[in-house]
Amino acid sequence: MKTIEDLKRMREQYQEQTKVRHAGGIQIIVGMGTCGIAAGAREVMAAILDEIAKRKLQDITVRQTGCIGMCEQEVLVDIVRPGEPRITYGKVTPAAVAKIVGEHVVNGRIVEDLVVGKIS
Amino acid sequence: MRELALHILDLVQNSLEAGASHVLLAIIEDSSADTLTIRVSDNGRGMDDATRRRVLDPFVTTRKTRRVGLGLPLIDMSTRQCGGYLRIDSKVGEGTEVEAVYRHSHLDRPPLGDLVATVKTLIVANPELDFVYRHEVDGTAFTVATGELTSILGEMPLTHPDVLAWLGEYLAAEEVKLYGGAKHEND
Repeated sequence: MKTIEDLKRMREQYQEQTKVRHAGGIQIIVGMGTCGIAAGAREVMAAILDEIAKRKLQDITVRQTGCIGMCEQEVLVDIVRPGEPRITYGKVTPAAVAKIVGEHVVNGRIVEDLVVGKIS
Repeated sequence: MRELALHILDLVQNSLEAGASHVLLAIIEDSSADTLTIRVSDNGRGMDDATRRRVLDPFVTTRKTRRVGLGLPLIDMSTRQCGGYLRIDSKVGEGTEVEAVYRHSHLDRPPLGDLVATVKTLIVANPELDFVYRHEVDGTAFTVATGELTSILGEMPLTHPDVLAWLGEYLAAEEVKLYGGAKHEND
């Protein structure tokens, strides 16, 4: 049974840990306008959060954003690694999430076949 | 959309796009009145009366990126197909309150769906948002607020793997308790 008390203990443990940090935070942004939601954005988001938990990744920020006008390419997921171009992936499915997180977020290798945009 | 939880995600996204810093989401299930109410109240920029009256028209949207806005018209349609209604109150500079009411027992009412995934997303992806979630079932209620969690966590982020795992299980357990430990309609 999970309680608020567990959360307090978790924070105490976190404070005791020597902080091992990745090179600055990586941002993951999921399109959650009506178009994104209808295309399965929540399931993609859930898969991303599960992947972070499973791989025990630290220092990742996850954000939701609205419609950016590429509705036909939803679900759209942006990965921003510090100091690198912002990469937009299109038609992302929960099944593709493991690949994007494993390759790009963890190892910095862009998954070219899913890229729909690049902003330097 | 096949789940009310997806409409809820859509409603809160509207609040975010209206610049809200505070969002209250309430889901109220009342079996004696046979109603299921979803209420989203925000302190976003609000709408004037003319805009408020037009937002149920799919060809109205505030966005510049596309010309069609389907979110509210879809919710309006789904409530009316289930003996309910959609009400929008708004005041410029103060905020907006959207209330979607369904007849709980209506055969066409979409299931609430995966509320845990929706609420987890809203909390984790908007750490600075003062978001309060309240789910009430026949007088028993569960409330969680992003601010309550972040004040306990301090500098530990909501996206920490341990917190993510905890949050999913915590929300799921509290939802089960609301139904008296009975199985949810989705199970």
